Amino acid sequence: MRRSILLAAAMASTLALAACAGGTDEPADGDASPAPAGETLTIWVDETRQAAVETAAATFEEENDVDVELVLKNFEDIRPDFLAQVPTGEGPDITVGAHDWLGELLSAGVVAPIELGDLADSFEPVSVAAFTQDGQVYGLPYAVENIALIRNTALAAEAPATWADAIAAGQAAGTKYPVLIQTGTEGDPYTFYPLQTSFGAPVFKQNADGSYTPELALGGDSGTAFATWLAEQGKAGVLSTDITYDIAVEAFKNGESPFIVGGPWMLEQFADLDLAIDPIPAAGSQPAQPFVGVQGFYVSAQSENALLANDFLVNYMATPEAQLALYEAGNRPPALIEAADTASEDPVTAGFREVGAEAVPMPSIPEMGSVWAFWGVTEANIISGAAEPAAAWEKMVSDIQGAIG
Amino acid sequence: MSLPQATRTSSATGWGPGFLAKLVLIALVDAFGVFAALAAWNEGSYGILAATLALLAVANWVYFSKQALPLKYILPGLVFLLVYQIYVVAYTGYVAFTNYGDGHNSTKEDAIEALLVQNERRVEGSPSSPLTVVADGDALGFAIVDEDGDVLAGTADRPLEQVDGATVESGRATGVPGFDVLDRVQVLERQQEVTALRVPVSDDPEDGSVRTQDARTGYVFLSSLEYDEAADTLTDTTTGTVYRPDGEGRFAADDGTTLAVGWRVNVGADNFVTAFADDRYAGPFLRILLWTFVFAIVSVASTFLLGLFLAITFNDARVRGRKIYRTLLILPYAIPGFLAALLWSGLLNRSFGFVNQVLLGGAAIPWLTDPWLSKLSVLGVNLWLGFPYMFLICTGALQSLSSDVLEAAKIDGAGRWRTWRSITLPLLLISTAPLLISSFAFNFNNFTLIYMLTGGGPRFADASVPLGHTDILISMVYSISGIDGSAPKNYGLASALSIVIFVVVATISAVAFRRTRSLEEIS
Repeated sequence: MRRSILLAAAMASTLALAACAGGTDEPADGDASPAPAGETLTIWVDETRQAAVETAAATFEEENDVDVELVLKNFEDIRPDFLAQVPTGEGPDITVGAHDWLGELLSAGVVAPIELGDLADSFEPVSVAAFTQDGQVYGLPYAVENIALIRNTALAAEAPATWADAIAAGQAAGTKYPVLIQTGTEGDPYTFYPLQTSFGAPVFKQNADGSYTPELALGGDSGTAFATWLAEQGKAGVLSTDITYDIAVEAFKNGESPFIVGGPWMLEQFADLDLAIDPIPAAGSQPAQPFVGVQGFYVSAQSENALLANDFLVNYMATPEAQLALYEAGNRPPALIEAADTASEDPVTAGFREVGAEAVPMPSIPEMGSVWAFWGVTEANIISGAAEPAAAWEKMVSDIQGAIG
Repeated sequence: MSLPQATRTSSATGWGPGFLAKLVLIALVDAFGVFAALAAWNEGSYGILAATLALLAVANWVYFSKQALPLKYILPGLVFLLVYQIYVVAYTGYVAFTNYGDGHNSTKEDAIEALLVQNERRVEGSPSSPLTVVADGDALGFAIVDEDGDVLAGTADRPLEQVDGATVESGRATGVPGFDVLDRVQVLERQQEVTALRVPVSDDPEDGSVRTQDARTGYVFLSSLEYDEAADTLTDTTTGTVYRPDGEGRFAADDGTTLAVGWRVNVGADNFVTAFADDRYAGPFLRILLWTFVFAIVSVASTFLLGLFLAITFNDARVRGRKIYRTLLILPYAIPGFLAALLWSGLLNRSFGFVNQVLLGGAAIPWLTDPWLSKLSVLGVNLWLGFPYMFLICTGALQSLSSDVLEAAKIDGAGRWRTWRSITLPLLLISTAPLLISSFAFNFNNFTLIYMLTGGGPRFADASVPLGHTDILISMVYSISGIDGSAPKNYGLASALSIVIFVVVATISAVAFRRTRSLEEIS
């Protein structure tokens, strides 16, 4: 007895198909419940936002008869994954994200604009401006975050007016550190930015409407002045590359300094302390403006459910309830003014909001991506004394210019 | 193979239980394959479809044919090799010849679509109107309520016109004569058509068109960029500038300005040229290449020698408590590598680390931030991590040496050193040389250690790219690819460097394996 390979293979495949067919028959007989519209809205969220988005999604599912699938991801993974997966069609309809990704997402063509309409006026102006590029809005903002000077009122009774005052007050308090500011061996240009702006050296030139041009502005005399100041402070021991985020937070928690430069994400650790939030004291002659980061939701350019996605964001996530739920989950002041007013009943949140009103949005232009890698390390090297301030700063500016091309 | 043909009962032919079991298993494989093929068909992934069908055909042939006995055993392995190794290497090779990275993320169609959407602007001062999705036969349309409370309706071909006799409830049109009003479920079923629909405001295209993103509110938009499919050009309607594809994956105007969104194109060997010839990369690349070799060779040599020394020591029957010592020595091997590297980076911290604070009495030695000391630290930590492995191998190899040979050497009057050099070491190398080579290949790409311990730092003071003294090739690739967000992404260049690493490691391994054959002639 001899059978051909083809016959045997055909038998195997028939068996397989028969098994499949048996499976598809069943639901046709017995399924009486009304099928949902069959649309599934996929949203990428990270851990801190999951619960809050879930609540809004439940309402949306109920009212629109659709499924909302929340995919939990690490916040750091979202940007590269979104860039890589949207073009393949495997990306989500909506993702959570930060406004400073916008330039890169735009040049990759993976985000779609969102028309907020009259709703735009009910958001903090800086939050909508941050998500705006060339007159179009690309994200629904939900939180505004910025750093400020957090003061332990038991150790310092008054807000310092200048950096020198802060040092003096810190030394008067007799604590181990006069002021805590996270640095690390890689530097932390985000946290140091208000000090840099106080010398009049913003990273990029701004247009009249507040948007950034790709022209670097951190060099020149004001940049050198800042670099020299960093070296002096490093020599004096006020700034140190040994102070990492963890060390700074731990020291402030233990009452080893009356001041720490930081954001609302630190507050959980300081629950036992009596805090006041002050503007960051200027080291130079100009006001110290920290960066504002805006968190929000992006809609994928390749979304097959663009209608649902926009509906969900504009009509379900832009409500005071949803924004307050996100505030409670992440402690970041809401972007919706009505929700922010409610949240501001807490003096600490109100303090951060007040400082944020004077702040500048972090640049979201693609050129910003070339800046970080050089910026922090140069600051760290100047502080540690490994590099000569003026020359290192000048080299950094030319390296950044080279990377931008 | 000495069995006569007649008595060999092969599962390929008989109707025995073996054949039936095989039939069921292959049926399962086929079911999965057909499912994958259908899924690929639906997604339009024809490459995957073809590969799946080919693999299915091969699988069916191999397991039902009588001639392919060896393949029956190695086919599953081959399939996995193909999917997880060959495909990945081939895809990396493909990316190395493209400009995949920031600004060149997807296909040309996606780029055009994104450019058109990004350049569609809401007409300034135009109202937001409550909108209803309607249908005229098959054609979708919008009905909006304007500021005076009048209902206007139209489709893609018919500009908006006032409709008399429409019913309006809470500011929204709910009945429009001449049109069917779609309910929410119908709208969702056709949502892609709805978001793509543009209803002209009037016969004049300059007035813009109404579109909606949520099927609840309509806005008047005007497009400032138009795509001409025949000429393959984009035209800015406000300035009249014409943008053409420039061959490098962007639309460029005659004066050289480019549009923001580009697409992936083949750039030939540009990425390889950049790695070797671009001033910004070439210098650091050579230094990193040199350090990678030093790091891999010194790591293998130091761990092997220490492991061998300890193995010989604890192989001597005169040492007491050998079992306890051996167990303790294997401990570093039992800790996950990335965790150990992280621990050491804490221990070696300049101001707070255990090493400086406790062992050296408060010294401030920059273990991880000085160019030379950081290299020493990396090698030291890798020695700590790696010697137990070598210790294990050498112990096993020493114990398997036959005592006859050693005894014969003794009788021949060979001294201890002579015996070790001429008998023990060559015999040991026969069994350990392949492991040394794989250890070299592993350390050549030991990303975890570098990333967790120093992050590649301290930075080169004289280079213009964010690379450092302890960066090895693979961590350099990671920095350049920009996945961590500290630099613009450049997957093309990163893939090109990966290919270079692959070639280096493959060449060295191949040469080394050839040389070990000469060792085998000793035995």
